[in-house]
Amino acid sequence: MKIRFANKFKGIAGVVTIALVLSLLLAGCGTEKTGGSNEAKPAATDAGDTIKVGILHSLSGTMAISEVSVKDAEMMAIEEINASGGLLGKKIEPIIEDGASDWPKFAEKAKKLLQNDQVATVFGCWTSASRKAVLPVFEANNGLLWYPVQYEGMEASPNIFYTGAAPNQQIVPAVEWLLENKGKKFFLLGSDYVFPRTANKIIKAQLKAMGGELIAEEYTPLGHTDYSTIINKIKATKPDVVFNTLNGDSNVAFFKQLKDAGITSQDLTTLSVSVAEEEIRGIGAENMKGHLVSWNYYQTTDTPENKEFVKKYKEKYGADRVTDDPIEAAYIQVHLWAEAVKKAGSTDVDKVREAAKGLEYKAPEGLVKIEGENQHLWKPVRIGEVQEDGLIKEIWSTKEAVKPDPYLKSYAWAKDLSN
Amino acid sequence: METYVLQIFNGISVSSILMLAALGLAIIFGLMKIINMAHGELIMIGAYVTFVTQNIFMSYVDKDYFDIYFIFALLAAFVITAFVGYLLEITIIRHLYGRPLDSLLATWGVSLVLQQLARSIFGAPNVDVKSPTWLDGGILIWGDLQLPYKRLFIMLLVALCICGVYYFLYKTTTGRRIRAVMQNRTMAKSLGINTRKVDAMTFAIGSGLAGIAGCALTLLGSIGPTLGTNYIIDTFMVVVLGGVGTIIGTVAGAGIIGLGNTTFEFLTDASLGKVLVFSVVILFLQWKPQGFFTIKSRALDE
Repeated sequence: MKIRFANKFKGIAGVVTIALVLSLLLAGCGTEKTGGSNEAKPAATDAGDTIKVGILHSLSGTMAISEVSVKDAEMMAIEEINASGGLLGKKIEPIIEDGASDWPKFAEKAKKLLQNDQVATVFGCWTSASRKAVLPVFEANNGLLWYPVQYEGMEASPNIFYTGAAPNQQIVPAVEWLLENKGKKFFLLGSDYVFPRTANKIIKAQLKAMGGELIAEEYTPLGHTDYSTIINKIKATKPDVVFNTLNGDSNVAFFKQLKDAGITSQDLTTLSVSVAEEEIRGIGAENMKGHLVSWNYYQTTDTPENKEFVKKYKEKYGADRVTDDPIEAAYIQVHLWAEAVKKAGSTDVDKVREAAKGLEYKAPEGLVKIEGENQHLWKPVRIGEVQEDGLIKEIWSTKEAVKPDPYLKSYAWAKDLSN
Repeated sequence: METYVLQIFNGISVSSILMLAALGLAIIFGLMKIINMAHGELIMIGAYVTFVTQNIFMSYVDKDYFDIYFIFALLAAFVITAFVGYLLEITIIRHLYGRPLDSLLATWGVSLVLQQLARSIFGAPNVDVKSPTWLDGGILIWGDLQLPYKRLFIMLLVALCICGVYYFLYKTTTGRRIRAVMQNRTMAKSLGINTRKVDAMTFAIGSGLAGIAGCALTLLGSIGPTLGTNYIIDTFMVVVLGGVGTIIGTVAGAGIIGLGNTTFEFLTDASLGKVLVFSVVILFLQWKPQGFFTIKSRALDE
């Protein structure tokens, strides 16, 4: 094909080829330079009438279930900033890319956003797999990624801001609370991939140190649909608590079948860390009533900022939509970036990163602060109970925002986990 | 003791679910030699039809009669999915008979299109179907051994479907025509059977059965655009293991895989259980590549 093409359009093809080679060379130089010294990157994003930002989520494929509403929240925040006069006197122009639930595609699209579109920053990803896939791209191009989802920790890249919970802001306090209030015998149930396995490694170390007892640890493949056997095992081993790190569709099957087996939240305590308001809609509130979850934010969180946020979100996307933790984190991370840009007076990545350190923001979940050391957020921790209407009622919370500790350095029992 | 009894019940239940999901595929794959990768999406359509029926009942029908929506949903799921299957046959599949690789790719494309279509119409998040209250709870046998009504209902539904399909294929004129075309297409054609019509109908019926499976699955699992992908591999495995083109084969295949899955999962864990089941199936197919049951045929190309 190539040869035939060249024969027909020799002249044009030649020019195009040369241009391509040149641009490739230039791109190569660019990455090399930014790798060495950061000043060489052209401030292309500051020129022009708009500031381009990238939005990189799965809008198709299995993960679209969660990531579409996260994208919606980010778009809403961008519109808010544009409506109030924009940023540095310019409008923000979002460039939306679909990662299609395919990790290599995430890396490819990230490269496109950073190199071709020269975006000032990117808001994106959901799964740890997609984050791990784009991480080298952001580091090589000195880009900036804002990541809105709770995750397993053990990471702190200077090119990523983590606005979801680190393990010590969700899992560790939840286990502590359960040990104190619900019992010592834990049954760990999770989907078979990196997040549940790492989370359970942390939980096991914590149980050992705090006098808990591990009854069983079960993993099911992603998309597993039949939980009758697992439920039978739960029945036979009689744990005090089922700690649930299942992800996606499996939660629906698990909770529906648990109810059918005649087990309610009265008989068994379960605590989930990947089920929020959005997921409860798919599971059916009647199937999950009374079960526990752990997050940093609920739609019912009682702050004036949240009332405003929920109202705006419902007005924009429909009264039947709900907000939840990752949606809120996605929304505030756009504002956090905008605040940092204002403070820095520029969209340059290094200046923004410097300005973001210690930045405080009145978020719907309460006051949050960017920790300069690891670029995670200080967040309050909340344990909630699912209500009949599918919303979550807070039953316990930390008094103040908790300092992020992705490597769990402040816990003696976690010493051997971080390597 | 209770644990083991319940485990056997679980095995039978999982088998019945697989049977239901695989029955339509067995007809399409077995009788028409079409590897229908969109079968999972036909199941998904059945599930969404149930969702829509439920919503219609919620807004237009008196609350006291809400619970009967499920019966209507079953019928609607069969009819609508069969119609979608019929459209699929006359627009795409018809042109691909005898080209297994092409039909595989084409139906895979169709499955992606249908998934994205569902996402555009109903949104990406899962939707919730409230199961009728008469299926809540279960029969208490003894102690705390409880058999959920939903699983019992699915078993009954499967039994009905299998009897229905058996009766249809072996006792009716249309069924006889279908079997004739399946066994020797050219001969059937020369005897005056309209094979085109038979093909379209077979495909529609197979699809309709997928619709019923989708409706039943709303009782147990998630209802979302990717619902079908969770079942497609297991259903293919059932058909291949059971032997292509026989109903009794599908029943046996589903039974083995269902009981195998739950037993191995009980003894080890879910991931390893699946690996063990697949290994057993692969070994078995080395020994009997045609599956459990094969149709004896004099055709030279088999």
